[in-house]
Amino acid sequence: MTKKNQLTKESGLSRRSFLKGVGLTSAGLAVTSGGEIFAEASGDASVKIISPGGATITLEVNGKKHQLKVEPRETLVEVLRDRLHLTGTKIGCDRGACGACTVIVDGKNVTSCLMLAIDAEGKSIETIEGLEKEGELHPVQKSFIEYDALQCGFCTPGMIMSSKNLLDHNPSPNLADVKHAVRGNLCRCGTYPKVFQAVLAASKQNKGE
Amino acid sequence: MRWIGKDVPRKEGKDKVTGASRYIDDITFPDMLYGVTVRSETSRGILQRTVFEEGIPWEEFTQVTCKDIPGNNYVALIETDQPYLADGKINHPLEAVLLLAHPDKYLLQEARRKVSLEVDPLPPVYDIEESLNQKEIVWGKDNVFKEYLLEKGDIDQVWEKADHIIEGEYKTGAQEQLYIETNGIVAVANPEEGVTVWGSLQCPYYVHKALMALFDLPADKIRVIQTTTGGGFGGKEEYPSMIAGHAALLAWKSGKPVKLIYDRLEDLAATTKRHPSLTRHKMALSSEGKILGMEIDFVLDGGAYATLSSVVLSRGTIHAAGPYLCENVRVRARVVATNTPPHGAFRGFGAPQSIFALERHLDKAALQLNLSKEELRRRNFIQEGQLTATGQVINEKVSLADLMTKAMEKSDFQKKKEQFHSENKKNKYIKRGIGLSSFFHGAGFTGSGEAYLESMLGMEATKEGKIRILSASTEIGQGTNTIFSQIAAEALGIEYDLIEISVPDTALVPNSGPTVASRTCMIVGKLVESAAIQVKEILRQSGFLASTYSSSEFSKACQSYLDKFSQLRVFSKYKQPTNIKWDDQTYRGDAYGAYAWAVYVAEIKIDLRTYETTVEDFVALQEVGKVIHPTLAAGQIEGGVAQGIGYGLYEKVVWDKGQMINNQMTNYIMPTSADIGKIRVFFEEAPYAHGPAGAKGIGELPLDGVAPAISSAIENAIGLDIPEIPVTPETLHEYWVSRKVNS
Repeated sequence: MTKKNQLTKESGLSRRSFLKGVGLTSAGLAVTSGGEIFAEASGDASVKIISPGGATITLEVNGKKHQLKVEPRETLVEVLRDRLHLTGTKIGCDRGACGACTVIVDGKNVTSCLMLAIDAEGKSIETIEGLEKEGELHPVQKSFIEYDALQCGFCTPGMIMSSKNLLDHNPSPNLADVKHAVRGNLCRCGTYPKVFQAVLAASKQNKGE
Repeated sequence: MRWIGKDVPRKEGKDKVTGASRYIDDITFPDMLYGVTVRSETSRGILQRTVFEEGIPWEEFTQVTCKDIPGNNYVALIETDQPYLADGKINHPLEAVLLLAHPDKYLLQEARRKVSLEVDPLPPVYDIEESLNQKEIVWGKDNVFKEYLLEKGDIDQVWEKADHIIEGEYKTGAQEQLYIETNGIVAVANPEEGVTVWGSLQCPYYVHKALMALFDLPADKIRVIQTTTGGGFGGKEEYPSMIAGHAALLAWKSGKPVKLIYDRLEDLAATTKRHPSLTRHKMALSSEGKILGMEIDFVLDGGAYATLSSVVLSRGTIHAAGPYLCENVRVRARVVATNTPPHGAFRGFGAPQSIFALERHLDKAALQLNLSKEELRRRNFIQEGQLTATGQVINEKVSLADLMTKAMEKSDFQKKKEQFHSENKKNKYIKRGIGLSSFFHGAGFTGSGEAYLESMLGMEATKEGKIRILSASTEIGQGTNTIFSQIAAEALGIEYDLIEISVPDTALVPNSGPTVASRTCMIVGKLVESAAIQVKEILRQSGFLASTYSSSEFSKACQSYLDKFSQLRVFSKYKQPTNIKWDDQTYRGDAYGAYAWAVYVAEIKIDLRTYETTVEDFVALQEVGKVIHPTLAAGQIEGGVAQGIGYGLYEKVVWDKGQMINNQMTNYIMPTSADIGKIRVFFEEAPYAHGPAGAKGIGELPLDGVAPAISSAIENAIGLDIPEIPVTPETLHEYWVSRKVNS
């Protein structure tokens, strides 16, 4: 009996080729299995043709611009971690289910394992490394320490980014808002009750209460 | 006390909130290769051939099979049955057969898919019943890894005296630890320097021992370093020895550093889980509700290899009769082999399984005797001076009755019960219920385990005038580094910030034992305390430290001592208190140095349109000795309750041919922020003489009592006694529909 090794094979279509398809077809491109990419007759002049060798893009991370050559298949989290050495953003599942890789892109929470790096070009990316300003921790970070809203710490960067983004958009959240904001950030240590406390306290601090 | 009992900031807090902490996948080396594991995918059989398909430049890959192993092809732990790489025989569908390494991680994944294994299948065994029936013999002579018989009194003569004899059967499913950081190791290995591994792990010296056997190298040629670890819960107790071996074998053969990080799918499918269980109870009671006898048949599914199953079974066996006085007990306990990946350590370690069965059975008995669930337990709580099932005299005040009273008050139990009863009649779909559990958990290794371990801890002064703790006990989120610093600062009478913790690196720290069994605070914390006392004594006797001193005077004393003698380092070694006696042969004696006691109450809501159960309020009362850090301790309980809610309601491992098939975080469901209602935690403190500042163990306790309290509440809400967990909506629906058919 011969069996193929299928542990990482998801219905014959790898996650990355799927991602690649989604990411690029939305821009009017089709993807072949060989990795070559052809522009369809979309008539969109902004469509950029990427050769198999990769593309040079500029990523704006924590207010700083980085020019780098990436392959189309590389996800944002891979580029942040492997190329820019911003390893604070974590990979927990690599499939958008755990939230450990949460970063803020143009003011929205994004699971950076589900965004291709080339799709992040021209957008403003915030990561955990960008929160501390001139040696001063962000109020959410301070509050996480004060309320011990972390244990093993692996979900913490993502949890903090979701919390920070909540406060950016809603300075006076209630408990339900906080629960909602971090519902995509899984914490196996079960720090949720302390996260709720910490975020609510940080919102009060923000307002000088 | 200045530091004990205070909410000091977590030692590594700032690094964790800024993303500065370095976890295993954050570490890279120049010229590093990535590694992957090729697995069998057949449950049981004989490996005939490995086929490398075309289209991959195979010559670029480092390939390792069992033939490349320099030493012994087994993961050294208790038995020697589990191979690092299959040598012909396949015993479960995730059995590692071949290792590959390459600098391009994308090509590596592609290559793994292009390896086919030809296996002649043998008939497998998939569950406890099949294994017990010896449908096939898949391990040893009879499929039984380990059997214990625990006996007290004479159970056989009790049945004729009983007013009630109540029988029941209970099942618990596998549970995945689901640490958010998957398993991973980076290895550097060559014949000249030996083997060094960095990894996400709980027990550096377990890995050390395993690598010594695998490479047939002496202790000083193996070095194991723990990196910041993103959760363990038992899941990184024994399994990292496997990954460390694999990464090191690839590094050894390639001559390059190798990083082997499990993808989430692989981690879920291949690594250990909580043992599934099947428990049968037969209980004799008097008409007054006294338990006269318990006969318990407790069976765990161990998976394909022995791993830690015998020890898990031991804890489950000892906790099977619970914190109740019963003069006649027989527990027959077995852990059996199946062709699934081995089950292993998970917070609670066998106790959650046997306690679930007992607590559900007590509820059943209470209903039959027409007693309240509370009252039946109160009539049977063990008291100080009485004997447990193993014949251990309880030498401490047992606070269960007090805890029960407080739990009833805090949860407003009676009022809620009546309120729900009347509301449920009016509401067709929404049904609420309240339920409870009472239980205990022994801290530290079972029986003579701590005596055999002879744990050792070091403490040294640094040239900055600080004190550094040298310990192999790992920080995995539970707060080891913080509480050790508190205990040391308290005993030394200095600032908390003057305490440093060494990286757990086997080249630098002595073996303070594994980070398991709720032993870190009580056992190793005590070593911290005694080492601190020695340091203080040395400084005093050498004349550098006055009888009273400030922290800065203490620092200066350390520096002066180092100037003169160049080193100040002490070691303290664990000695079992002399009153603890255990007989491994008869399985009788003092099973644990101390117990934590608890009463938990769950309040739940069931929606009979979706069959979904939600925990709306949870009250957790426990007595754990002196609480070293109230916030950390509460965090341990809250986290344990959250995992317990998952165990009881959501977390179902779906098996197909010995393989977990819902191995994703989207279809293996753990609690999210949206699932966690109120968790109210209360501590009673009764200092334990042999713990640091009176502390006992705490970490595993909460896992024992949550699921039974929830199931008890479900029974209260809809009158359905569901004898298995998890009670997923599908399970609840099944029982609900069949009840309607039956009635």
